[in-house]
Amino acid sequence: MSEVLSNLKKDYVYNLMLKGQREDGRAFDEMRDITVETNVIDKAEGSAKVQYGNTQVLVGVKLQLGTPFPDSPDVGVIITSIELNPIASPSFESGPPRENAIEMARVTDRGIRESGAIDLKKLCITEGEKVWMLFIDVHVLNDEGNILDAASIGAIAALMTTTIPAEREGLGENFPMPIREMPVGISLVDIGGELMVDPGRNEEAVCNTKISITSNQDGSICAMQKSGEGALSEEQVLKAVTLACEKAAKVRENHLLKI
Amino acid sequence: MSKPEKFFDDEGLRLDGRRVDEIRPMKIEVGVLSRADGSCYLEWGNNKVLAGVFGPRELHPRRMQRPDTAIVRYRYSMAAFSVEDRIRPGPNRRATEISKVSREAFEPVVLTHLYPGAVIDVFAEVLQADAGTRTAAINAATIALADAGIPMKGLVSACAVGKVDGKLVLDLGKDEDNYGDADLPVAMTQDGDVTLIQMDGNLTQDEFKEAMELVKVGCKQILEIQREALKDKFSQFDNEEIEEETVVEAPESEVEVEETIEAEVVMTEEAESEIGDEVEEDDENDDEPDEYTGDEPDENTDDEDVEEGETNE
Repeated sequence: MSEVLSNLKKDYVYNLMLKGQREDGRAFDEMRDITVETNVIDKAEGSAKVQYGNTQVLVGVKLQLGTPFPDSPDVGVIITSIELNPIASPSFESGPPRENAIEMARVTDRGIRESGAIDLKKLCITEGEKVWMLFIDVHVLNDEGNILDAASIGAIAALMTTTIPAEREGLGENFPMPIREMPVGISLVDIGGELMVDPGRNEEAVCNTKISITSNQDGSICAMQKSGEGALSEEQVLKAVTLACEKAAKVRENHLLKI
Repeated sequence: MSKPEKFFDDEGLRLDGRRVDEIRPMKIEVGVLSRADGSCYLEWGNNKVLAGVFGPRELHPRRMQRPDTAIVRYRYSMAAFSVEDRIRPGPNRRATEISKVSREAFEPVVLTHLYPGAVIDVFAEVLQADAGTRTAAINAATIALADAGIPMKGLVSACAVGKVDGKLVLDLGKDEDNYGDADLPVAMTQDGDVTLIQMDGNLTQDEFKEAMELVKVGCKQILEIQREALKDKFSQFDNEEIEEETVVEAPESEVEVEETIEAEVVMTEEAESEIGDEVEEDDENDDEPDEYTGDEPDENTDDEDVEEGETNE
């Protein structure tokens, strides 16, 4: 049943595409309306609620003391998880994270980690013994497509509002999260050789190839991931990179620089 | 192991003496496992990878079967002893992600519609890891698929490109991977379509463009090595008129499907024979070597892959 529906949808979305249109009337390179609200959960050290159209995710940051990894004794630890909560979609099931959730969490993590957004050395307390462990938990509340980009901006927004609870642990005064960079992830899907930015749920369901690119303030790229069962031409990859960096700059300007 | 003081010597050569656009030596053996339908052992630098393909075979549980197509499963797994510090065997988050993107690197090329209801299982075992295991595994898997006679649009080749000391280099070695500034593993079909791309680190947009050019060169070189390996394995069929009996001896044939109608028909028959109950091995199989000789891959761009070893995350 779902298969049949998906083929009908595919036809519909594909035919619209041939006319240069999208289901919700956007241009191919147009994002949905985005809202970012920070400090929504008092109990978390940092938090953000993000809406991409009707897609809603809530990101909470918690800090705990822990031991560093032996191969990096002088830096704090980042642990990112994404929970595809069954409340968010009839197709999500409870239970341990599956392939999709793991992939999204790792791509989100890579954006934060590889951009150097956080000065992890400042999260080291005693080298080799005690560091801050930074838990970024993404809670998906409503899936109308492109959870990944919402998680990406939610994660950095939440981090930007995070206070390190040093007092609670008897380690002196609280201090703000040492943020150095504002990475923003932008995803595009391939449909018949064209690229569409910020895919909605149906668009995501019918397009079998997606590329997500995370970029920094200076327009350099810090993370990338192709997912889905199709292939992309080299030309498409290059075009996606340019477009993603452009869109990321706008999103950053409109939503992160204000925080 | 600590960060090397410099990544290039005075002549611009890398730590292991390679030029920036040079890949590590690669050695491929085809058909090394008797129980698998296709297999490949691949060494690339200090990486040692084994790939085995089973299928097309009936998919269980049946509810996972797709009425119109076969599914591909890909399992990337690292042996506990493959890295410096023992890793706990079994799937972890990194392996789960790599398995997913690697599967997706093959889905565009495997002609799954020929085997409705079936599964093609690809198992990639990393026996020794030394940067670039996901690409090494993909390079081995594509040979194993060919060895199993799975019809594909072409071979997939994978390679990583990265940045160390501000310079782009092909096929990162371990230190370059661990202490470099960027890592961009790519898999490409022989037509140059990108079926896997991941990146971490930092690249400007111009560097990225340059990196894509470089990685194409690497993938092309690897494609050549892959084709040679397959030719070596199957050249015995080139000159002799193929008798049914001979063919039965060599159940694996590499089928690069030219997408002619004829090829399609052959494939379909083959599919039926392999999946169906009554297998008329002789008839079906003797077609395969004929088909196989026509491996006409154009060129495949290079991709390099970088492995992150046992990185914590």
